[in-house]
Amino acid sequence: MAKFTKKKDGDLPAVSTASLPDIVFMLLFFFMTVTTMKDSSLMVANTLPNASETKKLEKKDRVIYIYVGTPTQEYQKVFGTEPKIQLNDKFANVDEVGSFILAERAKKPQELQNVLTTALKVDKDANMGLITDIKQELRKVNALKVNYTTYEGDAFNNLQ
Amino acid sequence: MPRRKGAPEVNAGSMADIAFLLLIFFLVTTTIETDAGLDRMLPPIEPPDTDVVIRQKNIFTVNINKNGQLLVEDNLMDIKDLRAAAVEFLENNADGSCSYCKGKKDPSSSDNPSKAIISLKNDRETKYSTYITVQNELVGAYNDLRNREAQRLFGRDFTDMEAEYLNPETPSSVREDLKDKVKRIQDMFPQKLSEAETTTN
Repeated sequence: MAKFTKKKDGDLPAVSTASLPDIVFMLLFFFMTVTTMKDSSLMVANTLPNASETKKLEKKDRVIYIYVGTPTQEYQKVFGTEPKIQLNDKFANVDEVGSFILAERAKKPQELQNVLTTALKVDKDANMGLITDIKQELRKVNALKVNYTTYEGDAFNNLQ
Repeated sequence: MPRRKGAPEVNAGSMADIAFLLLIFFLVTTTIETDAGLDRMLPPIEPPDTDVVIRQKNIFTVNINKNGQLLVEDNLMDIKDLRAAAVEFLENNADGSCSYCKGKKDPSSSDNPSKAIISLKNDRETKYSTYITVQNELVGAYNDLRNREAQRLFGRDFTDMEAEYLNPETPSSVREDLKDKVKRIQDMFPQKLSEAETTTN
């Protein structure tokens, strides 16, 4: 018994704050890893063409994305190798584009609903037929502002 | 004197502050890469009420077939020559009303830049990359002309001014100033690029 009472007599030891940095670092790493922008995982090949006369797409909250391309390897068995449209996380047909745009538009705040841009991320090997159909659908729902998303580069590289 | 405490404890209290500083630094600086691309306006689906008569000479037709070949004004053309041809058409200035144009005033080509229309048609089997290249060249033709006029009037490129104008980080006083300039250049060469429905053959 004597052994226990001998060491410290009475006054409380200060609470060690040495582990506080660890906790904060843990938070830091958590946020660093978790804050990947919600970028729906691509299910289509998406090598964009090059263009030099590009404009930046500012303000992500005003953009609706449509992906077009051939399904990636794992989906080819089910969906074939013809270019498909991907809306959010699933494949879609051309006639679903209009309702998708309307649904996305309804989700945005009122003041942004008239200034939305539709970004078409289309694989360079896709055919224009599908794109024309999409454009027609976009016109039907009055989403007239489109952006053909491209990589920055010399446009003549596309032709090779 | 005997050492009773061992090594003195390092005060780690400020570590948290350093970590917070790092956290805030990362929160502020992580900008997500922005996409870039060609901005286009689609024509409204409702046809305009009044039938506008456009004379054939004011239309510059570009046709892309499924093999990626170009038919420009009924002549086969290499894609590399498209930009120059479009520039020549846009600033042809046949009626002489455009004081800043340097065109040839060819009476069989466009009257003035505000009447000149580029019509782009493509086949359903045209490859998207070819289409983008053609779009790029046509937009490039407009940009070339606009840059030229912007250099003459304001001493800087139009594309540069427009990018600064559209950048949300630009202070609003600068934006107000740029707005008029950008508008003025845009009016000099209004972008009239029609995308007609595709043909099947």
